[in-house]
Amino acid sequence: MARLNVNPTRMELRTLKNRLKTAVRGHKLLKDKADETVRQFMNYIRLNKQLREEIEGEVTDALRSFLMASAVNSPETIEEAVAMPARSVRLKSDVKNIMSVSVPSIEIEEGDATELYPYSFASVSSELDSSIAKLSELLVKLVRLAEVEKTCNMLADEIEKNRRRVNALEYVMIPDHEETIKYITMKLDENERANTIRLMKVKSMLAK
Amino acid sequence: MPNNKIAVIGDKDSVLAFRALGVDVFDARTDEEAEDRLKKLAREYSVIFITEDIAERISDIVARYKTRPYPAVIPVPSAKGSTGYGMRGLSKDVEKAIGSDILFGDK
Repeated sequence: MARLNVNPTRMELRTLKNRLKTAVRGHKLLKDKADETVRQFMNYIRLNKQLREEIEGEVTDALRSFLMASAVNSPETIEEAVAMPARSVRLKSDVKNIMSVSVPSIEIEEGDATELYPYSFASVSSELDSSIAKLSELLVKLVRLAEVEKTCNMLADEIEKNRRRVNALEYVMIPDHEETIKYITMKLDENERANTIRLMKVKSMLAK
Repeated sequence: MPNNKIAVIGDKDSVLAFRALGVDVFDARTDEEAEDRLKKLAREYSVIFITEDIAERISDIVARYKTRPYPAVIPVPSAKGSTGYGMRGLSKDVEKAIGSDILFGDK
């Protein structure tokens, strides 16, 4: 490991020792943080996987029945039927803090519950009704998925960053400081001994 | 700050159904169109669903929004069924965080 480029003085030694102490403490803290983040991440990713598995099947189903509906009716009718939605979706989006990572927390805001179907039942086939009913149920889940998946993305990113920090401290910063401290201590001791010897020499020369 | 709305980007067959729910729907015929659309929507919407096949083709743009809390860009299957892109994204996350894929390893 590379030694830091510093002068071997007592003052440097003291600052380095302080810095090493901080680094060791930071390393421990970051390591604890990594453990906890991974634990949280595992919870979220399991939930994410489960939600995604459910959703992939259901969304495809709903969209298939929508396709069926568009096969039965003319495309113009379908487009006309859905062109003016009867209600609009609002979200309540906030930022949550998990292990000092800002993750989104999204909720569907229940608007005034108006009619779900924005068209008259006479004009289109029943496949469209079931498709839209399914999708509107799914929307809550989809929003939940969005929240969880985003959280997973961000936690994964944070874990990776954190691991870099931990490794940098553990394998570079701390060993470097330890080595430099050792070097300075040796150098100071050496100076001390040289001084003593010099004094002894001078004394013996004077005694002659 | 996001405007608390949901957007869906995808091919016409897949996204039209979402319109009835009061979600803002944008169809994209080409990849360039989808890219431009996503870049524009990312400034306003808090959740953007994008069909898997398109998300896969413009994944470098999608990846850009991964580290920010908003918007959440989420791939969803299209009417043609799931391509597995969303699931692959999950296992990539696991790999990134833990170092090896322990959750999907059984497959």
